[in-house]
Amino acid sequence: MLDQLFMYLSFPFVRYALIVGVLIALCSSLLGVTLVLKRYSFIGDGLSHVAFGSLAIATVLNVTNKMLIVLPLTIAFAILILRKGKNAKIKGDAAIAMLSVGALAFGYMIMNLFPSSSNVAGDVCSTLFGSTSILTLTQEDVWISGILSIIVIGIFILFYNRIFAVTFDEDFANAVGTKANAYNLLIATVIAVIIVLAMNLVGSLLISALVIFPALSAMSILKSFRSVTIFSAISSTICALLGILISILAGTPVGSTIVTVDVILFGICYLIGKIRG
Amino acid sequence: MAVLKAKDLAVGYESQAVLDNINFEINSGDYFCIVGENGSGKSTLMKTMLGLISPVSGEISFAEGLEKNEIGYLPQQSDVQRDFPASVYEIVLSGCQNGLGKRFFYSKEQKALALDNIKKMGIEKLKSRCYRELSGGQQQRVLLARALCATKKALLLDEPVAGLDPQVTEEMYELIKQLNDDGMTIIMISHDLVNVQNYATKIFDVNSMKVTTIKADKEGK
Repeated sequence: MLDQLFMYLSFPFVRYALIVGVLIALCSSLLGVTLVLKRYSFIGDGLSHVAFGSLAIATVLNVTNKMLIVLPLTIAFAILILRKGKNAKIKGDAAIAMLSVGALAFGYMIMNLFPSSSNVAGDVCSTLFGSTSILTLTQEDVWISGILSIIVIGIFILFYNRIFAVTFDEDFANAVGTKANAYNLLIATVIAVIIVLAMNLVGSLLISALVIFPALSAMSILKSFRSVTIFSAISSTICALLGILISILAGTPVGSTIVTVDVILFGICYLIGKIRG
Repeated sequence: MAVLKAKDLAVGYESQAVLDNINFEINSGDYFCIVGENGSGKSTLMKTMLGLISPVSGEISFAEGLEKNEIGYLPQQSDVQRDFPASVYEIVLSGCQNGLGKRFFYSKEQKALALDNIKKMGIEKLKSRCYRELSGGQQQRVLLARALCATKKALLLDEPVAGLDPQVTEEMYELIKQLNDDGMTIIMISHDLVNVQNYATKIFDVNSMKVTTIKADKEGK
């Protein structure tokens, strides 16, 4: 089994895929805490369906680089949802549910109406659940994902203090002159970028898991924002690495393998948290 | 010296006034209390003072060099905060956010200021504890320390003793009194009339829209 692993690792494209997979997992875990605590979890879910819809449009239009369409569309919807969702909570929920199933249905329909390849079911399945193997990513995908991940991580580190302030107490932040809305907008944009990135790795239906599980695991055992953030980042990285390696060796789909590892870790952390009281 | 002036002010949401015809003047060093029943619009008035919502009509103005980033605010607790994983130190330090300017990280002076205020509020031992594990009174002290990081001049408090037991309430009032004695302007919402009359120098009743000045009591207390 190890021989097989080393054989795979001797190919540069396998190594790149591994690096990118880990980077994506790292940056998707960073904003998890903010998302969970600001009750934005469902926004992540809604956006992933929007990303699916825009990917369908990009596929039908047959553009060479799908990111050029998917990224701006998802960011636009992220901003829209955030603006709308804040005032009316229940209505916001319903609006997001509408948007997400709408985008899903629309995406699936146009993929069927204008099939870009003979295997529509296969295309749809890989957009929803991720590539069957991360190794099918093109070189270009790998580069774009790598660069975007690094930008996301950089933004998070630079704005860490402000993101904390706005997440913990938006009213206080506003009262003392921090432009909370501007930072909410920044958070929404970064979430959109993360979702588009993560779609490559785990597919649009499983993205929320990558964002939320590491944060929830960390929150059930740790007590400061900084330690929770660091633990989410590290645990998400390790889970992704393990998941990718297992999927290469056992031939399982990469997205669901990573998420399974995340779920197991959450179970363990939750138990530890409960036992310690 | 007037710090804050309201003139023919009406406050509310989406141009629906909850309170109108508000006129008062708050001077530097005042202990100014806003009293009234629950739901009478006190919090809305305070949010307007803070600039979180805009006035329906009339004007409210900060005077004589009180910048927006020189105000401290103690809000009522929100749901989000009840299960927030953050240490006491992290929360108090976030009070320095208005001094960040264009920088990304807190300076040594700001960290020292946060520690100072933690000491001032007597919660040193809780410094690395998780906020959600603290008692109501301890949480209020943390939020008060955070507010102090944001200001040296004026402090706005929204029901700072809501939900606290009598003993802790007393302590909280003493703390605020001390700050006022040190020259901090205090603007507070409360429906605890008895205590308010012991501590405040001016009381604004949102039912009668009248400001009562209580000076004699101040010397005694």
